[in-house]
Amino acid sequence: MLRARALDDRRFVLNRAGKLAFIISPRGHEVAQVAAITALEPGRDRFCLYYRNFAAALACGFSADELMLSAFARAADPSSGGRQTPGNFGSRRRGVIIGSSTVGPQIPKAAGIGLALKWRGEGALCYVSFGEGATSQGDFHEGLNFAAIHHCPVIFFCENNHWAISVPQSLQVAGPGVAERAAAYGFPGVRIHGDDFFAVYDAVSEAATRARAGEGPSLVEAEVLRLQSHSTDDDQRAYRDATELAAEAARDPIPRMRDALVERGWLTTETDTQLREEVGREVERATEAAESASDPDPGSLGRHVYADA
Amino acid sequence: MPERNLVQAVRDALDEEMARDERVCVLGEDVGLKGGVFKATEGLQARYGAQRVLDTPLAESSIAAVAQGLALEGWRPVAEMQFVDYSFPAFNQIVNEIAKVRYRSNGDFACPLVIRAPTGGGVRGALYHSQSPEAFFCHVPGLKVVLPSTPRDAKGLLKAAIRDPDPVIFLEPKKLYRAERQEVAEGEAALLPLGAAAVIREGVDVTAVTYGYMRAVTAQAADRLSQDGIEIEIIDLRTLRPWDVETCVRSIHKTGRVVVIYEANRTGGFGAEIAAELAERCFASLDAPVSRIASPDVPAMPFSPTLEHAFMLNPDKVADGLRRVARY
Repeated sequence: MLRARALDDRRFVLNRAGKLAFIISPRGHEVAQVAAITALEPGRDRFCLYYRNFAAALACGFSADELMLSAFARAADPSSGGRQTPGNFGSRRRGVIIGSSTVGPQIPKAAGIGLALKWRGEGALCYVSFGEGATSQGDFHEGLNFAAIHHCPVIFFCENNHWAISVPQSLQVAGPGVAERAAAYGFPGVRIHGDDFFAVYDAVSEAATRARAGEGPSLVEAEVLRLQSHSTDDDQRAYRDATELAAEAARDPIPRMRDALVERGWLTTETDTQLREEVGREVERATEAAESASDPDPGSLGRHVYADA
Repeated sequence: MPERNLVQAVRDALDEEMARDERVCVLGEDVGLKGGVFKATEGLQARYGAQRVLDTPLAESSIAAVAQGLALEGWRPVAEMQFVDYSFPAFNQIVNEIAKVRYRSNGDFACPLVIRAPTGGGVRGALYHSQSPEAFFCHVPGLKVVLPSTPRDAKGLLKAAIRDPDPVIFLEPKKLYRAERQEVAEGEAALLPLGAAAVIREGVDVTAVTYGYMRAVTAQAADRLSQDGIEIEIIDLRTLRPWDVETCVRSIHKTGRVVVIYEANRTGGFGAEIAAELAERCFASLDAPVSRIASPDVPAMPFSPTLEHAFMLNPDKVADGLRRVARY
């Protein structure tokens, strides 16, 4: 979480300095993302992430160096060799299924991956995440319906930050929320506070237990804050209430997470400081390495269109 | 060798590939219990079970998406879109997802799958069971597009498509499903390579480049012109992406004239791409303008027989077009 935040802060500065073209911030979503992935088994399970899943990608095993390489669109970017905007994570060996920038197509794709995992019968599952905006897409219905019919081991994880760029939840999601929709497909749906690490971890663990036991999919809706604008090309101050933004900034989940850990005696102030320093050095190294890394060779433009080229 | 019509040849190809490779599976609307609305998957569920021959919900986007998920996990899915007109809800999955998986992952992921769909008109299918939208798919790097016109080609190319490491859109002219029976080889002997055209009639006066149902219409037109002493060389492309430019170029060097005949409406059809490429490649060999014979630019084929007839190309229309170019 700290690593995601520190890297993201640096990316933002690099964007404003004109060094990075475009980023999408996970700010406010980090705790929910890391809690969800921590409940699963990277290396065994499959992960269909979406573009705001920067902290989830780190939790799946991507390193700070690797994510900085993708921010700079360098040749060594492990997801796409500099072809996609940062945020489209992919790594076959880590089970992270390469994403795209359109909204929602990963949802029925995850149902298909889940079907294959069910047929294989080794207890692996497919985790798929998306924002509440994606639940307006037909692919959301198609994916949940298919996964339910075939009892696919899929966890549908909705990160509801209540804003799809400038469109608020009231103009996006009919009814009380996303979680309730699971009932129509006959599987469990729960809504939890995404800033509560333990609540997210428990909900995703329960969904994983169901999936691995062959009991089918689950839907988890984590309510989170979007503490940064949609992307570096957006400025949410233009359409969101300043008081509300200030109130949300005060509810930043990362300090709350730290307090919770300190309260449980799992973290001391010294360890926290030490961690922050370590992460800071990691970000420095990753930034320097990525800045000096090579761009893709222009001659590689036509590679990997088909298997033979 | 057994005699087969085109839809039986498709079914045989699926059967043989499923028997050969247990990763091959079939999914789509009505493909299981019913065996497909055109019977292209008849008997397969009884033979291979309800898992490998899967009846899906009536939802094309998820048919494509689930096929993609299966392919990413090592299966070799063959998805059926009941009519190609109904593949458009899956367009995002096909164009933005399936076609780009390899490229956008810099070669880390691949998506070998086949999407089969009946295409084309002339069967009183009206606006939504008659379209010829192959150009949409041919425009997309990352996809291969096949459109056979005989039982032998359908079987050999479908087998090759299933074995291909990349996603293939396999379009079957529904008017030809039961039009012709032909001896069709079995097993490996049936296999045909993707990307190779066939010169199905030799001639010295005009090269006719065509595919799908228009192959038969062009052949009838050529018979008539032959009686007037005009000899047409007909090339059936069979695969549209990648298409066999060299076979066409060789023929044009001989004839000096080329006409592209396609069933889709004229503007922006795949025939326009063929015409443009051949004009660039063969300008110095041409004795007449490269021309196209295509369907009119109306939204789709109407239901009324008189309107359907007015829409469809037929041997008269094609012969007129070919004669004009021969006499230019």
